[in-house]
Amino acid sequence: MESDPHETAPIYESSPSEALLVERARQGDVTAFGDLISKYERRIYRMARQITQNDEDAEDVLQETFLKAFEHLDSFQGQSKFYTWLTRIAVNESLMKLRKRKSDRTVSLDENIETEEEPIVREIAVWDDTPELRYSQEEMRQILDKAIDGLKPIFRTVFILRDVEELSTEETAEVLGLSIAAVKSRLLRARLQLREKLTRIFKRKGDQILGYAK
Amino acid sequence: MVTCKDFLRELNDFLDETADPALRAELERHITECPNCWVICDTTRKTIKVYKGMEPDPLPEQVHEKIMGALRKKRCCEDGEHE
Repeated sequence: MESDPHETAPIYESSPSEALLVERARQGDVTAFGDLISKYERRIYRMARQITQNDEDAEDVLQETFLKAFEHLDSFQGQSKFYTWLTRIAVNESLMKLRKRKSDRTVSLDENIETEEEPIVREIAVWDDTPELRYSQEEMRQILDKAIDGLKPIFRTVFILRDVEELSTEETAEVLGLSIAAVKSRLLRARLQLREKLTRIFKRKGDQILGYAK
Repeated sequence: MVTCKDFLRELNDFLDETADPALRAELERHITECPNCWVICDTTRKTIKVYKGMEPDPLPEQVHEKIMGALRKKRCCEDGEHE
C-alpha cells in the first residue's frame, strides 16, 4: 500500500493563488505574507498550544514560526505544501519550548519505542452516543486537552498532525523526519491511549467493563 | 482467521480505510463476532471524531497585529542594512 503512487501524488502542490502570495512575499511583500498568516494562524496556534500545553508558549511559537518562515522563504522550494512547510517550523519551535520548560531530555521525536510492549487496552465500555452534548464546549475542550496532555510528546505530536490537523501519513512523516512505519505505530498508540483516557469519562453509566481477550 | 491481537494491529488502517479489501473484509467479520473489538473500534473512531470536531482556539487579542508589526520592523532593519 505504501508504494501506491496515487496515495502520495496529490499532497505536494499548493493552490495557484497561494503560490502567488508566496512568490510576492519572497520579493519582500509583507502584505502578501500577511494574507498567508491570516489563512493559517489559528491552525498554527492550536497546534502549538496542544503541543506545548501553554498559552504563552503557543503565542511565542506562532510569532517565531511566521518570522522564521518569512526570513527563510527562499528555502521553500514548493515541492511540499506551504502549510506542511510551515507546520515543520511550528513543530520544531513548539518542541524547543517544551525542552526549555522541562529542561530535560524527555522531549525527543527520535526516541526508540520499538522495544516497548504492545499497545495496552484495559477499558472496554460503550460510550454515551453524544458525549459532546453532555458537556459545554469549554468543559469538552478541557477534557480533551487534559487527555492529550497525558501523552508523551512523541505520541501527542503525531496524533495532532494526523488526526487534528489532518495531514496525511506521508506529510506527517515529512514534517517530523520519521519513517512512515514510525508514524503509523505512534499514531496507533496515541489513538489507543486517548481512547482509554476518554472511555473513563465518556462510558455509558451502568455499563460493565469487559475483559479483553488477547 | 483474524485474532483480537491482529485486529488491534490493523486498527489504524481499518479506521483510515487504507486496509486492502480482502483484509478489510476479514476485519469486518471479526468485529461482528467479537463485541470487545467492536467496542474498541467504535470508541477509537469516536475519539478521533471528538478531536477533529474541536474548533481552533480563538487567537489572543492583537496577536495578528503584533506579528505584522514584528515583520515590518524586521523588513525595515533588513532594508537599513542593505543601504
